[in-house]
Amino acid sequence: MKQVFGIVVQPGTSREEKKTGWRVFRPKFKQEACIGCRNCHMFCPDGAVYRIDKKKFDADLDACKGCGICAEMCPVDDIEMLLERN
Amino acid sequence: MAVEEVESRLLAYGHTACAGCGEALAARTVIEAAGPDVIIANATGCLEVFTTRFPRSAWRVPWIHSLFENAASVASGIEVALKALERSDEAKVIAQAGDGGTADIGMGAFSGMLERGHDILYVCYDTEVYSNTGFQRSGLTPLYAHTTTSPAGELTWGNATRKKDLPSIAVDHGAVYVATASVGYPQDITRKVKKALSLSGPKYIQIHCPCVPGWGIESHMTIRVARAAVNSGLIPLFEIVEGNIIGVRKIKEDERVSVEEYMKLQKRFSHVLKSPRGKDLIRQVQSIANLNIEKFGLLGINE
Amino acid sequence: MKAIMEGSQAVAQVVSLCKPNVVCAYPITPQTHIVERLAILHSEGKLKAGFVLAESEHSAASIVLGASATGARSYTATSSQGLLLMTEVMFNIAGMRLPVVMTVANRAVSAPINIWNDQQDSMSLRDCGWIQMYAEDVQEACDMHIQAFRIAEELNIPVMVCMDGFVLTHSMEVVDIPSQDEVDEILPPFAPSYFLTPKDPVTLGSMAGPDAYMEIRMLLHKAMKDAPRVIQDVSDEFEEKTGRHQGGLLDPYELEDAEIVLVSMGSLLGTMKDVVDQLRDEGYPIGILKVRTTRPFPREKFHDLLCNARAVAVLEKDISLGLEGILCSEIRSAFCRAAKTPNISSFIVGLGGRDVREDDIRNIAISMFENDSCRVEFVGINKEALAAAHWRAEDYTECISTDVCPKPEKGDS
Ligand SMILES: Cc1ncc(C[n+]2csc(CCOP(=O)(O)OP(=O)(O)O)c2C)c(N)n1
Repeated sequence: MKQVFGIVVQPGTSREEKKTGWRVFRPKFKQEACIGCRNCHMFCPDGAVYRIDKKKFDADLDACKGCGICAEMCPVDDIEMLLERN
Repeated sequence: MAVEEVESRLLAYGHTACAGCGEALAARTVIEAAGPDVIIANATGCLEVFTTRFPRSAWRVPWIHSLFENAASVASGIEVALKALERSDEAKVIAQAGDGGTADIGMGAFSGMLERGHDILYVCYDTEVYSNTGFQRSGLTPLYAHTTTSPAGELTWGNATRKKDLPSIAVDHGAVYVATASVGYPQDITRKVKKALSLSGPKYIQIHCPCVPGWGIESHMTIRVARAAVNSGLIPLFEIVEGNIIGVRKIKEDERVSVEEYMKLQKRFSHVLKSPRGKDLIRQVQSIANLNIEKFGLLGINE
Repeated sequence: MKAIMEGSQAVAQVVSLCKPNVVCAYPITPQTHIVERLAILHSEGKLKAGFVLAESEHSAASIVLGASATGARSYTATSSQGLLLMTEVMFNIAGMRLPVVMTVANRAVSAPINIWNDQQDSMSLRDCGWIQMYAEDVQEACDMHIQAFRIAEELNIPVMVCMDGFVLTHSMEVVDIPSQDEVDEILPPFAPSYFLTPKDPVTLGSMAGPDAYMEIRMLLHKAMKDAPRVIQDVSDEFEEKTGRHQGGLLDPYELEDAEIVLVSMGSLLGTMKDVVDQLRDEGYPIGILKVRTTRPFPREKFHDLLCNARAVAVLEKDISLGLEGILCSEIRSAFCRAAKTPNISSFIVGLGGRDVREDDIRNIAISMFENDSCRVEFVGINKEALAAAHWRAEDYTECISTDVCPKPEKGDS
């Protein structure tokens, strides 16, 4: 497909510009009490949460904006929101 | 960190939606349910702006944006072209827009698309305001919500009208499948999108999506607020196939909330709660919820 | 094959020979006969295209936009209010560089509402990024559509073929409709440079901020500037293959020794040529410059073809209210620092279907020999009607400009 400046844009390229600087809080997945409900995975607006195992999830901090939905939706309080240092 | 699962999503991260954006979650859920073999026509609005700021794009599916009011027409053109070029097997066509792009300025195009019977799934992300331009009122703004063009003031109580009944309008056009959904229940969105795409003809799904700055909520509250809307009866979730209601989401007794509890969560209703006439206004909103509860049989258990 | 045909029917026939994949147009007088004829051709299986009935021109244009972006050769047609309703989409199609072809059956613009011919509609959309071409007669309108698809697809720029409403759309003329083979030889199948497909899932129509918008617009301008060569080449190739002279961007008529040049576009040129033939017989050194393409605007060509004239009269069926005829202003821009500049006058004619008679043209021509000033005039104004509305002669005088570019005083440089 022909590339025309300003007309044709390549797919998935938004990842090149991280929005992680927006974060005020960052999630910490404690990975202690997880029951594998997948709420954190399902409800992340940025698709930042990934599955490591049936009962083990984490957030890709390249993608996370720190909204806190995962922590709020975790039924067993296994995700903590920590203040970003910078 | 580059985790493969995160890197490969059909709606990639790195877009500029607000933290906690309901529309971003809904759109991600829709596209993950639909899969890669789709072509999307997107109206102007938040979703378009936050996903495709030049020179980048968050989309990993073929995607086009033209104007605010013509997503349904552009999608119609795509669908007809695929047929004419004998490429219909290649992709399903999805049109998507906000509530303004659908219920207001895009109404004619939406109607034309439904009436002509195109094989298109039209998804409306209902944030109940023009999110992109700073939270002005739309035809889907609920009664008494404060918006920047329906402000609460000495003489006004926010938006003076009720939500336009767009699903019924779609049904009356003969849409083969009409459903409402909420970002509070993503699995339900997934199921409805898959079902819609398995049917041929025009389909309409309206997804209720909280707008963090527009509704005056905290970014982590999106799902809680979306669910409260459903569990108050204000946003009934149903499916209509060929004109018949084939399913509703029942409100579980222990999850049911009053409209007042729902309204309390959001700044856009704070003037109502503070006002001396508040009780009366809330009663009016509650009666909308009650009507929905009755009309769709939202209480009780599924047979 | 030669046949006597109504202009609209002939155009519909030729559009169908161009094998568009998607056709979508919304009816409006005087374009209706084109879309109706295409509907019949479609119903008979002769037009093998997706044929869509839109609910408005805005949607019709959006539908061809979507179709074109999917890789389909796409066609629409409209007029007047319909074109104005499409305005937003017109800019969009051009900005996305989609090679849509459209027929504009030129008609006046409301208010007052008027269904008759002038060229205010397409001229008002001159800045939307489409190539604009004007046909002189039905044969040229037909041939121009074949060329339009070729030009559009070669350049990725949409093309508007303008033909005067009623005068051409509804008149019966002898037309040579080319065979399918002849059309195929000039117009190869559409091979889009980019299109929507899951096989290569690109994003089209993204949002560009202050950091990029200007460059993108500049590149659109550059693409337009490359267009004259293609327009000329396609026109030459067409002439070679069909024997019919088309003229590319501008076509001179009796221009070599002309002191006075009449400039116009569209169907008026036929009458003008008759008048000029007579005047030539009477010994007047007069010629015509036919404007076939207004966008891209062939400024240098205008300069070169007009610089030897003493005076130029631009006859046009449009007006930029508060200024003068639109084409006239643009032609003036070709002489901003020229060593030799003709006096250029604007004659507003034929608005809303007002008849332009041979005498009107003759009077303009003769007046150019007698009066050297640069002026703006309305031709064929019914002064009795104005008088009945208590207009005085002075009121009419206020509508015209007698000396827009006064000659420099002697001694000025
Ligand atoms: C013809 C036109 N009118 C107005 C606008 C300005 N505008 C752009 S997006 C928008 C509101 C979008 O609201 P909605 O459709 O609800 O989508 P959201 O941003 O909430 O997702 C408006 C008014 C425009 N782009 N085009």
